[in-house]
Amino acid sequence: MIIAQQKDINEIYEMVKPYNKILITGCDGCCQPPRSLNEAKVLGQLLELKARTEGKELKWKAITVLRQCDDRIAATTTGPLAEDYEAIVSLACGLGVVMLNKVIPSKLTFPAQDSHFGGVQNSGENNYIEYCEECGDCIIGETGGVCPRAGCVKHLSNGPCGGMVEGMCEVGGYTIPCAWVRIWQRLKEFNRLDLFTKYRPPRDFRTSTSPGYIPIYKEYTNEEEKKEEAK
Amino acid sequence: MTKRPAYSNLVKAIRDGHFVFTGELEPKKILDLSEILHSAEEMKKTGKIVAANVTDGPQGDAYMSPLVPSYMVQEKVGMEAVWQVTVRDRNRVALFGDVIAGAVIGLKNILTLTGDHTALGDHKRSRAVYDIDSTQFAEMLSIMIDEGTDYEGNELKGGKIEMNFGCVANPNSDPREPEILKVGRKVERGIDFIQTQTAFDIDQAKEFLKELEQFNVPVLLGLFPLKSHGIAWYFDNYIPGVSVPKDLLKALKKAEKENKGNKPAKYAALDKINIDFFEPFIKEIKKTTKAAGIHCMAVEYERLFEPLLKDFPKYC
Repeated sequence: MIIAQQKDINEIYEMVKPYNKILITGCDGCCQPPRSLNEAKVLGQLLELKARTEGKELKWKAITVLRQCDDRIAATTTGPLAEDYEAIVSLACGLGVVMLNKVIPSKLTFPAQDSHFGGVQNSGENNYIEYCEECGDCIIGETGGVCPRAGCVKHLSNGPCGGMVEGMCEVGGYTIPCAWVRIWQRLKEFNRLDLFTKYRPPRDFRTSTSPGYIPIYKEYTNEEEKKEEAK
Repeated sequence: MTKRPAYSNLVKAIRDGHFVFTGELEPKKILDLSEILHSAEEMKKTGKIVAANVTDGPQGDAYMSPLVPSYMVQEKVGMEAVWQVTVRDRNRVALFGDVIAGAVIGLKNILTLTGDHTALGDHKRSRAVYDIDSTQFAEMLSIMIDEGTDYEGNELKGGKIEMNFGCVANPNSDPREPEILKVGRKVERGIDFIQTQTAFDIDQAKEFLKELEQFNVPVLLGLFPLKSHGIAWYFDNYIPGVSVPKDLLKALKKAEKENKGNKPAKYAALDKINIDFFEPFIKEIKKTTKAAGIHCMAVEYERLFEPLLKDFPKYC
């Protein structure tokens, strides 16, 4: 899931200030905490109140979209409605905001959220945390299922920096566990310290250089499907 | 120990069997190097400090790059530098460029470090680099020095890099086993010496040195003389995993209080506390462990060297 936090209401208001009629789009996709229809409505109400304090009437409509990051879904659901509005405010992650700007080029779509990371929800620990930074070169098979790239603030590949105290990281005031201590504990438990001491050469950053791009191949081999298409 | 020749006076002295001492210089947010050069001169005069570390943005703070101060200390004072290079601020391209620049201006020692994270420093909003880690940096240096190429195998023309390099180890790491395993991996990448973070607990220091013996690489134990109660308090509270003995903290505070307004008396009292604590500490380490020497992080506290090391012979 993509972990996002709503921006300060004043910041969102400053973006939409020049407009009188806005469309607010929630997203039912993977964004956490959820920002769907109800959240879009609340944001609309807040912006309307804020506008009134400045003696301005702000008209808005709230909708939600199954997944704003899918071009077809985003275009078919938001496109027809957008005609009647001057601007769009998206409660999706950054991907949804960019996609709406792309599929509805006649309007500007503004972000209502800051997207932080692809993370997990630990309900037991009451947190969202980044366990994978989508580097394109997965090594957690060697590290006991703990990622040192996402989990270590210094992204170290060959063991801890040495600044851990009671297994906690020196950055963040010893509140976050040192990923390399956890890796060591996991591998020791399974008698696989050979993986811990293995030397890992410098990373190939070509696998994670922005913008990430992988083409979708549409080479159909299914004969029946081809016949259907021909019809 | 690696088969690499001893290019630096530091490594030569260690291999000649001397119990060596190194000092530390800290370029800060200042355009003037006179204090650093003065400190280096005082160290040189003792004849007991073979080289001085020049730090690279300690605690993640933005300070003067150590490359130029290292050169100045060597050129103007004749004190060999141990050029600290962290992987925090430079990617492998910049590190390569810096290392060959350092080689050209005659630097002989590099200390490879991960570097304190910028989140702990005075530019908290900056992006830390960490393109490669300190183990990979050690491998890169081995390739550059021993094979004469860059990390990708491209030939380095015009001569040979004549440098030795070391890595750091932290006796305060908790848990310690992953730290030891990590040091082992660095040793395999061809380091010439190990320099440790500061220790205040003699038993902990001895235990750590004992654990490092398996690598058969010379180790310099880090000690941090406490110039003032303020520095001791800061160290105790802000340096990861380091705790200053409470008695020492109390004694420093008392000495400062009792000699308020009388600088020479205060200095004498503080020096005495440090000498009483560290002199037997060093002697004990020399006598009972295989440590190759002491890295004495007496930053801006060079007056301590002469009295502290009075019982040790000159060798450089």
